[in-house]
Amino acid sequence: MSEESKYLLEVNDLNTSFFTDAGEVKAVNGISFKLEPGKTLGIVGESGSGKSVSAYSIMQILAETGRVTGGEVKFRGENILNYSEKQMQKFRGEKISIIFQDPMTSLNPVFTVGYQLEEAVLLHTNKTKEEAKKRAIEMLTLVGVNEPESRVKQYPHELSGGMRQRVMIAMALCCEPDVLIADEPTTALDVTIQAQILELMQDLQKKLGMAIIMVTHDLGVIASMCDEIMVMYGGRVCERGTADDIFYRPAHEYTKGLLRSIPRHDNMNEKLVPIGGTPINLLNMPEGCAFCPRCDAAMKICLTEKPDEIQIGDGHTAACWMNIKEAFEAQEV
Amino acid sequence: MLKYIGKRVLLAIVSILIVSAITFFAMNAIPGGPFNKEKATDPAVQAELESRYNLDKPVTTQYVLYMGNLIHGDWGVSLKSGREIWPDITSKFAVSAKLGISAMIFATIIGIVLGSIAALTRNKWPDRLIVFFTTLGTAMPSFVLATLLLLLFCLELKWIPVYNSSNPNYILPIISLSVYPMAYITRLTKTSMLDALNQDYVRTAKAKGVSRVKLIFVHALRNALIPVITYLGPQIAYILTGSMVVENIFTIGGLGSAFVTSITNRDYTTIMAVTIFLAILMVVANLLTDIAYKFTDPRIDFNN
Ligand SMILES: Nc1ncnc2c1ncn2[C@@H]1O[C@H](COP(=O)(O)OP(=O)(O)OP(=O)(O)O)[C@@H](O)[C@H]1O
Ligand code: SF4
Ligand SMILES: [Mg+2]
Repeated sequence: MSEESKYLLEVNDLNTSFFTDAGEVKAVNGISFKLEPGKTLGIVGESGSGKSVSAYSIMQILAETGRVTGGEVKFRGENILNYSEKQMQKFRGEKISIIFQDPMTSLNPVFTVGYQLEEAVLLHTNKTKEEAKKRAIEMLTLVGVNEPESRVKQYPHELSGGMRQRVMIAMALCCEPDVLIADEPTTALDVTIQAQILELMQDLQKKLGMAIIMVTHDLGVIASMCDEIMVMYGGRVCERGTADDIFYRPAHEYTKGLLRSIPRHDNMNEKLVPIGGTPINLLNMPEGCAFCPRCDAAMKICLTEKPDEIQIGDGHTAACWMNIKEAFEAQEV
Repeated sequence: MLKYIGKRVLLAIVSILIVSAITFFAMNAIPGGPFNKEKATDPAVQAELESRYNLDKPVTTQYVLYMGNLIHGDWGVSLKSGREIWPDITSKFAVSAKLGISAMIFATIIGIVLGSIAALTRNKWPDRLIVFFTTLGTAMPSFVLATLLLLLFCLELKWIPVYNSSNPNYILPIISLSVYPMAYITRLTKTSMLDALNQDYVRTAKAKGVSRVKLIFVHALRNALIPVITYLGPQIAYILTGSMVVENIFTIGGLGSAFVTSITNRDYTTIMAVTIFLAILMVVANLLTDIAYKFTDPRIDFNN
């Protein structure tokens, strides 16, 4: 127990499916991770790899057809999957907050920015309306929104995308949560604004001390700010380690492919190679390695048996038969 | 906002002029006139009557004369009864409005409630039941429903008298009039509610810790009402004109039945007056809808 309390958030063998007319879509298939207070975990993977679904599963804000089918999500040692809806309402926004991919659609178009911020404050504190309004303005100032006094009276459509994402961040942080999940917070924004928002988040982390789960499909963007990075494919964890592990000592074939497909300072002169093939069909998951149909290094065993995560180095693991083979051979010699 | 309203009023005047011209010339193009009877009238008397009401002049001159009077607030006298038209229209409109507005309020409230229930219980039995009745409601014309209600409650069960000129019973006409818009509003609310509940901003609100009830009735409903309001405006005017048939079936002396009678009587001045009156109503209803729309959806910008 005392070991566990070191972690703020612990996700164990999480499974989430959507039950659609076409069948069970297995979006998340047994992911696990641990997060310490004040640290940053990066989750990386291509579109459809289950990053958002993992985040929504933790918050329990899945679409109607989605259900967590197994595993546990422990916050300070308590499995929040057993919480009632009432308990979850208190939990969301107060202990863990989330900001979303698309700031253009994430704010309610018919309410003012001020109303939406104040609502978040009023839900989790005993503040009066006046105090909540003060807090809203204070938060807007903190996230670098200019003229906050007049902004609170504006509607979301009167703000730019970058401004809206700042409002979303202000809203997520107004009750000082312990964990902030950022689900591709900058994907919809242009590059200069992207950098500003990421910088703002790091800045706020220093000031407020919350842990961050940074979800992205762009490894390069977040590498420098993460204590640990987790690479996902097909709702499974492929590899995890520090940014250095992932960048310089990738051990999983998918991670290697991912690195070949993005520009980096050390591959400037090489051609970028996108990963071939199409993303897997979650309705019909392969028996063995999820990446097998697209993997150039695939072996017979990859087809039939699921590789387990094995230790590569200190805090560096990968779930790829290549490593298991190497480890096995190394043992034999 | 004021500039927008001014522009809309100008446009409205143009559309009313067009409606009045079409009605006036179409009405005159049909053979026969107000003083043509099955029994031949003395030609001399007929000529005298026609010249008294300007009917012997060219149609264009008649139109100009008519509109000239109208601008000075003179709606003319009925060619049938010889009475002033304006007081007649206002008293009959009061009856129609009472009927139509009650029906619309009834339809809107019940429609929004049923639509929300259907959205929240989608594919469960309350939704299925509501879908069944709304399909029935939109498929049945109001005159069929009115006749059936009359048959059941007045003739079979005898709960309500068939005819009472001094104190007509409004319940059955209100039901007949409101079923269609109610069914339509129910369906509209259901689809737009389902749509709103699936929007990102509802998920954002949920992630903040907003309760399910507030999620539905504050965050989603406000957005879901926007299409309902768009539908309501033209519908209010439609109900006032659409009640002609229902007013006739239940022998309620409203504007609708006055219109029908004036057409069978070839009562030119009354036809014109009622048409223009309804056109004005329609335009005003649309303008009010746009303003209501602006208050529900802040993204609407009247300056563009
Ligand atoms: N409501 C839903 N119904 C059915 N399937 C869904 C639903 N939501 C997500 N999925 C499926 O789950 C899988 C994972 O989706 P998810 O949104 O987590 O991907 P992601 O990694 O966040 O990708 P992106 O980078 O595009 O945001 C996808 O294949 C998607 O089709
Ligand atoms: S387990 Fe096999 S198929 Fe999967 S990534 Fe490794 S080598 Fe490729
Ligand atoms: Mg996503």
